[in-house]
Amino acid sequence: MPAIKFHLNGELIQKTSGQSLAELASDLELTKKKFAIEMNGEIIPKSLHASTLIEEGAVIEIVHAVGGG
Amino acid sequence: MSEVLQIGSRSFSSRLLVGTGKYKDLEETRDAIIASGAEIVTVAIRRTNIGQNADEPNLLEFISPDKWTILPNTAGCFNAEDAIRTCMLARELLDGHNLVKLEVLGEQKTLYPNMTHTISAAKTLIEDGFEVMVYCSDDPIFCKELDDMGCVSVMPLASPIGSGLGVVNPHTISIILENSSKPIIVDAGVGTASDAAIAMELGCEGVLMNTAIAKAKDPILMAEAMKDAVISGRKAFLAGRMQKTEYGNASSPTEGLIE
Repeated sequence: MPAIKFHLNGELIQKTSGQSLAELASDLELTKKKFAIEMNGEIIPKSLHASTLIEEGAVIEIVHAVGGG
Repeated sequence: MSEVLQIGSRSFSSRLLVGTGKYKDLEETRDAIIASGAEIVTVAIRRTNIGQNADEPNLLEFISPDKWTILPNTAGCFNAEDAIRTCMLARELLDGHNLVKLEVLGEQKTLYPNMTHTISAAKTLIEDGFEVMVYCSDDPIFCKELDDMGCVSVMPLASPIGSGLGVVNPHTISIILENSSKPIIVDAGVGTASDAAIAMELGCEGVLMNTAIAKAKDPILMAEAMKDAVISGRKAFLAGRMQKTEYGNASSPTEGLIE
């Protein structure tokens, strides 16, 4: 897969080759945690993370639960 | 007392709902929540860090969704669209869990809710299958509208979020209670145990708080105090208080006094 650039939580990320959302989550050591991914404004269900490739220029948000009232 | 608090499809024995913000660390968060006896625990949804602190502990490792009912909030959202998006992300994050605390704020200074956006977001979320507990102004008309729409709990503020001012308008809370068919839970503004007891004595079904516990000098002890206050306030409400009178009324017999 060719190199790609995308936005992750507001930061521009460059990877030497393309990857799936599951691979991205694994790189971020999120695999065993509870998180949710949105790509280009759409929530991508966990069941599709492995089969969903990150698109060039994609805007990705990954969220988790933090303390709040 | 084996009364149950029914919120939508779920039932609870504790009437104290607590937040997880502003604690010193996650250990203190967990210990305070255990001390409070709360079964419903609010969380916020935020961006993960992206590798800066990969081994940072995660809130849900301390507050397990297997042990507590997690209530994701939409704190920080100032319009319906952002609040709906946050709820959808929360549902995905929590494996389809559909109970949310909707709050759409109107401004930073008072943190009063924007009720137009709150009502609009509630409508969309209910249609999408969410069970919505809604933070709102202490306005009887708005509260009734949210109740009629199908929110599972209507949660008027006692006073501004994080203010600790207590129930500043018990009269409107009483009117809201008269009109309600769903549990009314006072959300926000409680400062100390007597505030929680007052809300419960008015007839509220529960109290939701965060700062009052987290920012007490001893949060664990305050969590215990709040647990007791909510239980006591509820018992006093069910017991029915005595009538107030203008003047003194002796408790001891007025006859048989020694001369």
